[in-house]
Amino acid sequence: MSYFTEANARTAAEVIARYPRPRSAVIPLLHLAQEQEGWVTRDAMVEIADLTGITPAEVLGTGSFYEMFRFHPVGRYLVNVCTNISCQLLGGEELLHHVEESLGVHAGGTTDDGMFTVEEVECVTACTEAPCFTVNYRYFHRADSDTFDAVVADLYAGRSPLARGAQGDHGNLPAHGTLGRLRQHIPDDRRAGVVPPEEAGEEPVWLRTTPATAPSAATSTTHAPDA
Amino acid sequence: MLPMPEPTAVHPDDMGYVPHAAGFVANEGPKLVSGRFPYEDSYTLECALATGAYTGLRAALGRTPDDVHTEVRDATLLGRAGAGFPAGVKWGFCPEGVWPRYLVANGDESEPGTYKDRLLMERDPHQLIEGCLIACYALGLSQCFLYVRGEMALAQERLAAALNDAYAAGYVGRNICDTDFSVDITLHWGAGAYIVGEETALIESLEGNRGVPRLKPPYFPAVIGLYGKPTIVNNVETLANLPWILEHGAVAYRGFGSEASPGTRLFAVSGHVVRPGVYEVEQGVTTYRDLIYGLNFCRGIRDGNDLKAFIPGGASAPWFFEEQLDLPLEARDVGAAGSMLGSGAIVVMDHTTDVVKACLRVVRFFARESCGKCSPCREGTSWEEKILERILDGHGRPSDLDLLLDIGDNISPGPYPVAAHGAAALDAVPFPPHQTTICPLGPSSVAPITSALRRFRSEFEAKITRRDGIPVQSAPVADGAPA
Repeated sequence: MSYFTEANARTAAEVIARYPRPRSAVIPLLHLAQEQEGWVTRDAMVEIADLTGITPAEVLGTGSFYEMFRFHPVGRYLVNVCTNISCQLLGGEELLHHVEESLGVHAGGTTDDGMFTVEEVECVTACTEAPCFTVNYRYFHRADSDTFDAVVADLYAGRSPLARGAQGDHGNLPAHGTLGRLRQHIPDDRRAGVVPPEEAGEEPVWLRTTPATAPSAATSTTHAPDA
Repeated sequence: MLPMPEPTAVHPDDMGYVPHAAGFVANEGPKLVSGRFPYEDSYTLECALATGAYTGLRAALGRTPDDVHTEVRDATLLGRAGAGFPAGVKWGFCPEGVWPRYLVANGDESEPGTYKDRLLMERDPHQLIEGCLIACYALGLSQCFLYVRGEMALAQERLAAALNDAYAAGYVGRNICDTDFSVDITLHWGAGAYIVGEETALIESLEGNRGVPRLKPPYFPAVIGLYGKPTIVNNVETLANLPWILEHGAVAYRGFGSEASPGTRLFAVSGHVVRPGVYEVEQGVTTYRDLIYGLNFCRGIRDGNDLKAFIPGGASAPWFFEEQLDLPLEARDVGAAGSMLGSGAIVVMDHTTDVVKACLRVVRFFARESCGKCSPCREGTSWEEKILERILDGHGRPSDLDLLLDIGDNISPGPYPVAAHGAAALDAVPFPPHQTTICPLGPSSVAPITSALRRFRSEFEAKITRRDGIPVQSAPVADGAPA
C-alpha cells in the first residue's frame, strides 16, 4: 500500500513531472511527507525512493542534510527563535530564554502535551524586524515576551495567531509540515514541457526565429527535438 | 480585455514604513525594484498588470535575444547576491552549441543581516517571474527553476499563486505572449541550509543531493551546471532588475548610481539604529554615514549612542568602524577598503555591544552551517566557536587569541604568524581572503575574528584575564591577585 494519501500521491506525481530528472523532486517530496504526518517516517522515505528511482538510504542521505526535515515526531507547532547577530543585538537571546522558561523546555525539546517544539535557529531573514521568531515558519516581527505569550494563548484557544504576525500573512496557521498553503499547478494546455539534459537538442526555436514571432504550426511544440 | 482597476497605494506611516511590507521604508529616491511595494495587493496579477508588469518582457520579445543580452551587459547589472559579478558577463560564459541550458533563480537568502529577496518574493513575485523570463529569452534557457528558501512559507505561497495566474494569463509556459518563446518555471524550495546559497551547492540541492559545493574548476555553472548542462544562477534581486532595464533601457539604468556600480540596491540596515529597515538606495552616491545617520534613512544610532562597529555587507564581510563611514555604497570602493558590499546587509553595533559575544555569534553561525566537505572549515569553524565560547565564559587562556588566528590561517592563509606580533600586522590580512576550502564559507568565519581583534583586542584580553568582573565558575579571585 502506498504511503501517500490519494490526493498527495497525485501531487507527488505532478511535482515529479516538473523536473527533468525525478531525483530533483526528493526535497519537495520530503516536504510533502512532512506535511502529511508532521515528520518524515521510514515508510515515507521508502515510498519517495520508489517514486524517484533511488534507494531509501539515498533519500535519508539527502534529507538528513537539511535541518527542516524531522525524522522524529515534533510538536504541532515548531517555534523557531532567531538569535543571530541582528536579533542578538536587540534581545533575541532573552526572547529565547523567555520561550524556554514559559514552555518549560530547552531549545530542541518538545512540551509534554505535544503542542510546541522549540528551536534556536540561524538567521530567518527578518533582520530589520529583530528580534523575530517564527511558528511553523510564519513570522512574528519585533517580538517580545508578550507577543510570544499571546501567540501561545491563541494556539491553546484554537485561534490563529497570524493577525499578530508579519503583516500580509493571514488565515489559518497550519500544523507543522505545511509550508505554502497553495501549490503550483501547471495546466496541461499551458505546459512548455520539461527539457531533459539527455536530449542533446538544438537551440530553442525562439533563438532561430528572431525576434520572437507568432508561432507557426511547425514550431508550436517548442521543445520537441527535431528528429 | 477588461480595463485594469487602479491599485490604491498605501501611505507609509509616520516613520516611513509601508504598513504591509514589513521593514520596507519608503524613503525618497528612485525606486527601480521596490516601486510596487506601496500597493497593498502588489503581489496579485491585477495590481502588477495595472502598474506595468510584463511590459519589460514584451519589450524584450520585440527584440532579438542577442539584443536583450547586449542591453543587460551595457547596463552593467552587478550581481546582488554577494560577489557582485556583472550578470551580463556571467551570461556570456555559456558555451556555444551546448543545449539545453537552464536558469536557476537563487532565492535561498540566509546570510545574517540580509533581508531583501524575501521582500521581493513576497511583495512582487511577478517582477521576479518577468525577470526570469527575460533571462530565459535572452540566452535560450529552456527551463527555469525558482529556488526559494524553505523557511519562507509566505514567499512560496505568493510565488505559487503568481505563477498559477501568470500561466493562466499566458505569460509563462507555452507560447508566451503568443510568440514562439516557451518556457516553464518550476517552483522549488529548499529545506534549511545556508550553504545552498552557494551556486554549485544550490545545483546539487536541486538535483536532489546533499547541498555541498562542487569542486572548482569549472568556476561557473554557466559552463557545467545543473545535470551537467550550462546553467545560469542569478540572485532574485539581480533578476528583479531586468524588467526595469528592458523597459527603460541600459542608458537610463546607468543614469542611476555610479559608473562602476549603476542602478539602485536594496540595503537592509539592522541593529542599533533608530529606524532599521530595508531601503532602496542609489549606489555610489550614498555613503554609509548617510545611510546610518541620514534623516531619509536610519536617523542615527538609538538613544544617541556611539557607533562601535558595523558589518558592511553581511556576516561574511570584515567589519568597518567609524573611519569608514564616509565610504560610498559602491562595490569597488568598499572592496578597496578591505571589505565587501556583499548582500547589502548592514548591521550596526553601538558602544554597549559586547564584541566578543557578537563575534562568537557570527562565528557560531558559520560553525553550524559548515557543510563538512572541507576539513579546514568543518574542524576550524567549530574550534573557533569553542575557543570564543570559553573566552566569553571566563575560561580563556592567554594563548587563545593567537590560537584563533592560527586556526583562521588554516582556513584562510594570511594573518598568522605575523598577526601574533600586534594589531598592525592584522592589517595585512588579505581581502578577498585566500582559501584552503572549496567555497568561501570557511574563510568568512575568520573575518569577524580578525576584525574584532584588530580593533578590540583589549576587550578579549580583559575577558581572559578576568579584570572586569566577568563571572567565572571557579572560586572568586581575591583582590590584588595577579591577573
